Amino acid sequence: MSDASLREAIIAALRTVAPEVEPASLRGDLPLREQVDLDSMDFLNFLVELHRRLGVDIPEADYAQVQTLDACSRYVSARLQGTSPK
Amino acid sequence: MASTNIPAPGVATREFRMPSLGTDMEYGTVVAWHATPGAALKHGDVIAEIQTEKGVFELECPMDGVIERIVVERGTRVRVGTVLALLRAPGPSAPPEALPAAVRASPAARRMAQDRGISLSHVQGTGPNGVVTLADVLREIANAEAAAAPAPATGAAAMRQAVAATVSKSKREIPHYYLATDIDLGAALTWLQAENTKRPVTERILPAAILVRAVAVALRRFPDLNGIWKDGGFQRSDAIHVGVAISLRTGGLLAPAIHDADRTPLRELMVALQDLVQRARNGGLRGSEMTDATITITNLGDAGAHTVFGVIFPPQVALVGFGQVTERAWADHGGLVVRPVVTATLSGDHRVTDGHYGALFLGEIARLLASPEAL
Repeated sequence: MSDASLREAIIAALRTVAPEVEPASLRGDLPLREQVDLDSMDFLNFLVELHRRLGVDIPEADYAQVQTLDACSRYVSARLQGTSPK
Repeated sequence: MASTNIPAPGVATREFRMPSLGTDMEYGTVVAWHATPGAALKHGDVIAEIQTEKGVFELECPMDGVIERIVVERGTRVRVGTVLALLRAPGPSAPPEALPAAVRASPAARRMAQDRGISLSHVQGTGPNGVVTLADVLREIANAEAAAAPAPATGAAAMRQAVAATVSKSKREIPHYYLATDIDLGAALTWLQAENTKRPVTERILPAAILVRAVAVALRRFPDLNGIWKDGGFQRSDAIHVGVAISLRTGGLLAPAIHDADRTPLRELMVALQDLVQRARNGGLRGSEMTDATITITNLGDAGAHTVFGVIFPPQVALVGFGQVTERAWADHGGLVVRPVVTATLSGDHRVTDGHYGALFLGEIARLLASPEAL
């Protein structure tokens, strides 16, 4: 999966819990929860949706690695390629 | 749901009325009928959807039976209490009603018309040979009420009005008292973390669920906080239906109930909570979920608030609030440690309980959260 389509998939997952999100207005380097009004239930549902779309199950211990769009893309990409995201 | 039995020749019918889904609700619009006259229905089946200031809600059938007649057509806005349809028990439909030669109306129709001051000569009869039936009279009443209904506010403005009506009534009528206590969540969060490590993302449990569970179980020992104030007195509820305040992305809030939360295991409670949030934001809440809560919990932890003293949702008599879980300095056995701590609050109706009772209740929640495995 290309970086662009991976990013698209992540944003699509995000929009299932926050339909008001404008993809163009999202900054990749800022925490998602600062840019989008996400509570813990929304964040969990976002991860459930990522799992459904991409098959990546993100453990709680790795939540700190998926806080921004850029970091989330890197993490998921590494997991999809079977390498350690660290 | 408001409904009463009315006499009808041969077969008993039951009025299915526009329910009040909150103390603020005055009108509702029927936006869909999900059943047609004559089709078999079970108790709890969704038969209609209504739109209120707070959104679209599903109405459930209050009995096993069939719709005898739809009185209020789709798209019609009527006052709370208006008869929407007539229901009857399963079986053959009512026999044709007797036709008094001069009036050409059924006895039930005539009684209803007389009670409501309706002139039968203005009512279009749809019964055999044009006889005016009870349903015709009820439709006439509904139409008159619909015509009298003021134009509704819409969207966020309507939601704001609805919230304003609820909280104003609460603050006008309920003498609140407020208590707060700090609870060490160390044991609960450690236990939850270990649990979640074993679970896929689809089955994880949030701290919010364990807080709901602790409140529900604690209420078993403090039943005077669980129920409603009605007709000048407190009515205790045997069932513990926990309303959960959910903020909507478009503004405003709803507080639908998780039924029998004290009898729902933690994982199922988490599923119910997820489902409730999903439906509160996307539609599909049931009327019963909007009316059955016997207490409400508000959790503003994610919003960053340390403490929340909430406004009780009338006719309930208590509201429990949770703030943000933060690491704080905590005295423990004579030493100072850092623990994850949440401030739990109780807004209580002083007509029903006193601070002493409320304080013991908060203590019980803290005690339960110290042994999460037992929840």
